[in-house]
Order: sequence, then C-alpha cells, then structure tokens
Amino acid sequence: MSETTAKTAMPAEAGTMTAPNYVQAARDAFFTAIVTLGMFVLFVGLETTQNIRNELIIVQRWGLLFTLVAIAAAGRFVLSAWISPALAARKATVAARPVVEGPPSWLRTNWPRIAVVGLFLYPMIIVALVGSQGSLKWVDNFGIQILIYVMLAWGLNIVVGLAGLLDLGYVAFYAVGAYSYALLSQHFGLSFWVLLPLAGILAAFWGIILGFPVLRLRGDYLAIVTLAFGEIIRLVLINWTSVTKGTFGVSGIPKATLFGIPFDASPDGFAAIFGLPLSSAYYKIFLYYLILMLALVTAFVTLRLRRMPIGRAWEALREDEVACRSLGINTTTTKLTAFSLGAMFGGFAGAFFAARQGFVSPESFVFLESAVILAIVVLGGMGSLTGIAIAAAVMVGGTEILRELTFLKQIFGEDFTPELYRMLFFGLAMVIVMIWKPRGFVGSRSPTAFLFERKSVSGSFTKEGHG
Amino acid sequence: MEYFVQQMVNGLTLGSIYGLIAIGYTMVYGIIGMINFAHGDIFMLGGFTALIVFLLLTSMFVSVPVVLALLVMIIVGMFMCGLWNWTIERVAYRPLRGSFRLAPLITAIGMSIALSNFVQVTQGPRNKPIPPMVSQTYDVFGVTISLKQIVIVIITSVLLAIFWYIVNKTPLGRAQRACEQDRKMAALLGVDVDRTISITFIMGAALAAVAGSMYLMYYGVVVFTDGFVPGVKAFTAAVLGGIGSLPGAVIGGLLIGLIESLWSAYFTIDYKDVATFSILAIVLIFKPTGLLGRPEVEKV
Repeated sequence: MSETTAKTAMPAEAGTMTAPNYVQAARDAFFTAIVTLGMFVLFVGLETTQNIRNELIIVQRWGLLFTLVAIAAAGRFVLSAWISPALAARKATVAARPVVEGPPSWLRTNWPRIAVVGLFLYPMIIVALVGSQGSLKWVDNFGIQILIYVMLAWGLNIVVGLAGLLDLGYVAFYAVGAYSYALLSQHFGLSFWVLLPLAGILAAFWGIILGFPVLRLRGDYLAIVTLAFGEIIRLVLINWTSVTKGTFGVSGIPKATLFGIPFDASPDGFAAIFGLPLSSAYYKIFLYYLILMLALVTAFVTLRLRRMPIGRAWEALREDEVACRSLGINTTTTKLTAFSLGAMFGGFAGAFFAARQGFVSPESFVFLESAVILAIVVLGGMGSLTGIAIAAAVMVGGTEILRELTFLKQIFGEDFTPELYRMLFFGLAMVIVMIWKPRGFVGSRSPTAFLFERKSVSGSFTKEGHG
Repeated sequence: MEYFVQQMVNGLTLGSIYGLIAIGYTMVYGIIGMINFAHGDIFMLGGFTALIVFLLLTSMFVSVPVVLALLVMIIVGMFMCGLWNWTIERVAYRPLRGSFRLAPLITAIGMSIALSNFVQVTQGPRNKPIPPMVSQTYDVFGVTISLKQIVIVIITSVLLAIFWYIVNKTPLGRAQRACEQDRKMAALLGVDVDRTISITFIMGAALAAVAGSMYLMYYGVVVFTDGFVPGVKAFTAAVLGGIGSLPGAVIGGLLIGLIESLWSAYFTIDYKDVATFSILAIVLIFKPTGLLGRPEVEKV
C-alpha cells in the first residue's frame, strides 16, 4: 500500500478545528510511520533475487524503505494538520448554505450531444495535430482502448446497474464473442459483418445457459457463481487445445473490412480505391469509428429499453424483488433478458476485440478484466451512462498515460519502467475513488418513470439490488 | 485401494490449507457481510513473508533446526499479515461501512489488485523457489505419507482448536458472535464494534499467514499471483460450507481439497479447477445456503 492511501485512510479525529493541531498531527504522523515501517520492512527493505547459481538471495534496500516511510509520515502530517480541517470546514459551509436550484444551464442539458460530436471529431483533430503516423498511438491506445471498456461497462450496466444482479464473470461473454469470431472466421471464412451479430447471438445464448441455473441465487452467492462460470469458460479455453489451441491462442484472425473493402496494400484496398497514400492509420481510424458506433448502439438500446416495460421491470426488480413478484412481474424472464442482453453486448465487444487484435488467447479474459469492468460500472455510479463513460476514461486512460511518462526515467534511472506500476496504481485508484465518492462519479439519477416533471434524485435513493 | 487412500491423504493436506484461508473469508462475511477479496492476497503475503524469513534465517545461521525455522516463519507471518489486514480494513473498508453494499466489494477488489502488484513491483515477477525444508516420508501400509503432510495437518488441527476456543469460550469470541448477530444491538450493549471487527480481520489474516507458510513448505515455491486461485478456492470452500459458519468453512475446505486431488487422480488434471467450480455451482443451485449455512430469512 502506498502512502497516498495511508493518508486518505484514518480520517483525522480533528473535526471543525480552527487552528491546526500540530501535536495531534505529529502523533498521527509518528503512528503512520510505525505502521508503514512494519508493513514495508520485509517487502521493501529486503528483496529476494536470484544469483548466478539460480539460488535465491536477499538484497537489502534500507534507503528506499526509509524514503517511503518518510513520505508516508509527511503525507499524514500534512493531511492531519491542514487538509482534513479544511475539508471539514468546507463541508460545514456547504451544508449551511441554502439549496438554490436554478434551471440547468445549456451546457449541462446538452452535454451528452456535445460529447458525442467531440468523439466523432476526435480522430480528425488528432490527425490534424500530429499527422497520420503520430495519431496511431492516440487513436489506438486511448480512443479504441477506452471505448472498448466503455462499451463493456455499458453492457454490464444492464445487468448490474439496471437489473441489480451482481455479475463477476462478465468477461466470459466477451471471451465467447472473441472466440466465436476468431474460430468461425478461420474455419468458415465468414466476414466480420456476418459474424458480428452471430457473436452477439452466441454470447446471448451463453448468457441464457449460464443465467438459467443461477436465477434462484441472490447477492453474493450469485456473484461467486458467476465468477466460477467465468473461470470455467477460461479454463475450458485453455485446456480444449484441439479447438482453441490452448494458451497459444488463435492468431491470424482476418481484419474487419469496410463493407467488403479491405484495408491493405492490394489494388482493391481502401487506400487504392480512394486514391490515398498507404498508411496503417486508416484501419485504426476505421476501428475507432466502428467501436464508437457499437458503443453508441449499446447506449441507445439501453436508453430505449429503460422506457419499455422490460426496462422498468429491471429497475423495479433492483428496487424490490418481492414487490415485483406480487405485482405480477415474471422475475425469471426479467432476469434472463437482462443477463442475455448484457451478454450480447459483451459478445459484440469480443468480436470487435478479436478483429482489432488479430489474435486472441485466454490471457485476455482473466478475472481481473471482469473486476475492472465491474469497477468502472460502480465507480461511474451504477446506472448512469455518462458516469460510466467518465469512469472508463479516467481509469483506463489514466493507467494508459503511465506508459507515456518516459520523463520519469530521467529521475529514477534508466531501468525504471512506469508500466510496471500501472496495475498497482489502478488498484489504489479504485480504493481512493470509492472512498472519495462512494456513489460514483455521477451521484444523481433522473428517474425513468415520473409524475408531471422529471426531477433528479440523489443516487443514495436508488438501491443496488439483492442479486 | 492404496492409491485411493494416498489421494485422500493428499487431498486432506491441501484441504487443510484451503480451510485455514476459508475461515478468514467466512468470519469477515459473518460480521460485516462483505466478500473480502483481498484475503487471498493476504495469504500470498504470508507465503512471501515465510520465504523472506526463511532466506534470512538460512543466510544468518549455518544450520537452523527445521522446527524453529517453521515456528519463526509462522509467528512473523502472523504479525505481518495481521498488520497488513488491519491497515487494509482501516484504510479501505472502515470509511465505507454503512455505505452501499457494492462499495466495499470494489475497494476489496482494488486492494487485491494493488497487493499482488505491490509484491510484483517490490519482489519481482518470477517464481521464488526454495530448497525443500522437510523431505522425510513414511510408508504406512503401502501409502506414502510425507512428514510435511503430517506437519500441515497437525498445525491446522492445533490452530483450529485454539480458534474454536477463542470464538466459543472467551469474551472476545462472545463479542464477535454478538456483532455477527446484530451489530447495532451489540454496540448498544457496550461491545466495541470497530475493535471487534479489527480483531476479526487480524485473526483471519493470522490464519491465512499460517496457510501461506505451509503452502510455501508444501510446494517449495511462491509467486506474486498465488493469491488468486487459492483465494477463490478458499472462498468457494467457505460458500460450500455455508458462509458465516466456521465448521462449515473447514469442512468446505477439506471437501474442496478432496475433490481436487481425487479428480486429478482419476480423471484429468487439466480440468480439476473446472470440477471444483462446477461442484460449487451445483451445490449452490440445489442448496443455496451451503452445507451448514442458516437459511436466509426474507424480510419484507
């Protein structure tokens, strides 16, 4: 654990104090130093490495240990002495201020539209700024990567955010979609556009198969069984080597085409037909628009379904299952549709992923991915599409940026690789964001059904379902 | 027949390790109703602590008696993991107590990711093998039992006895059981709920640390990803036995160990985890509260 969490941690008992209490802060800092020292003494102070004879030996790193402990103590001191009292004071003034609610500004009401237009213009702006070669990284690592997670999280949102079913094995459907495209395109030579719906249908089918037996389960039992199913599918992919080629994965998956026009150097290729110079950037930009469209379809379907009886049934199910049943809603079919629709969007994303990578292996479908997608849904504020998109951009984009921080090499030396710290920071960010905003980035909801006028309510009024 | 008994012995050894980890899951779930996803990684930290202590001992002294080395490993591991789990509870779970149900689950997953990557960053991503600590084996009616298996089963039994005593016979255990039944009422009656929850986390971590040390002794290797699969299996064990029930966790652990080793012996080793997870799904579908769990009462 790093010093950042240690300080967000133990909230200071100092509440609405006016002058900073330095004695208390010093005491807190000392206590933090002791705890950090105890936790890190073996893991940071000593390192196990292999020597030339392949034996494990211990290397001592006391300097690093004491630096970290000092940082933790200093951070805790600053937090206790200044930051916590300031936060408490701000909270008090905000609470004391009367609530004034004017009509929402133009920017606020229209900003989903602005964001969509911005996303459509994004590749053009990037190409204009850094040229077609330089744009590859920005369109691929940031654009496509984040949009895949946005789409997956929007798909999972149907299951978790709307229907209130906790699914920890969502990545299984992503895997089904990816392998459907990979295997069917290789064995039957079908094109991306035929296989995209097929991958979605197969994933939805698996959603029904896996969903059916677990419908009786609730809450954490449901969570653990979906986790188990996710792992089973991954293990089958690893071990069924005659079909899936096991851990080696399926490679040479055909690329997607623009309605039959391939993106290659051939005379019928995209560049030749439109008389453009050859560049690999076109394919990336095409993929960007493809995933953007897929994600927008997901959002559109979700928004429309919420107004239909089935969407209202999902939300009713999340709020109170018993009341739902007593009002004549068939909970089995309601849960199954949520499960299979969520799975279908996972399948679409999977087929896209396979076409983008050209290679799939079970490595891409580990539990960690499910956890990341679920974290994005919850951090975004379950059920809010905008919040989820923001969460995906912050969490995935934020960790991608770590790859770019090459200037850190000048500070910490040549063998410092920022990528190594990616998942460490991702995990800590999950903790910090959750503590800072337990209701997610967008904490308010506009209800689907309302009387006379639509009013936003706090997210605290919506339930998260019992499973 | 000998083959079958042999597999039973192997399964019981493995099951003891799972059972020790499962207790941590089940106790935390019983008291605050959350899945502590980071618990598997606490077990992995226990394995690493044991590794580092073992290397320290062998580098400082020429020859260390195995019993002493094991004892030091276990005790240091208990303190280490207890401290880590205490801090994690304090930092990541306590601020969210009383918040909605998914929030602590997400921080727990975040902590799990952070912990395994912390160990990867500080100790390196490779497998960490050690020379075998205990290698004697005994031949009992054609069944080979190794000394380390005996040690594991004995240590587990002793710990379970101590643990059973603490939970059932001491004021601390009474406080824990009270918090499990009704936290608000326990607080009204003068039980320090926060302290009890902290101690529960420390106890669970201590048992996981012992499991980690024994895992290192049994397999002779530990790696930073080792928290996930044993963690999930131990959680499976806790659910199988009925989550919240302590004897259930132990029985579930032993069952999972037995299923795993018998399946590997008679069917295919590749699908042993599939077998474990399928049995979990089947048990939950037909008996959703696990083997020894109390039926959930639906309040309207």
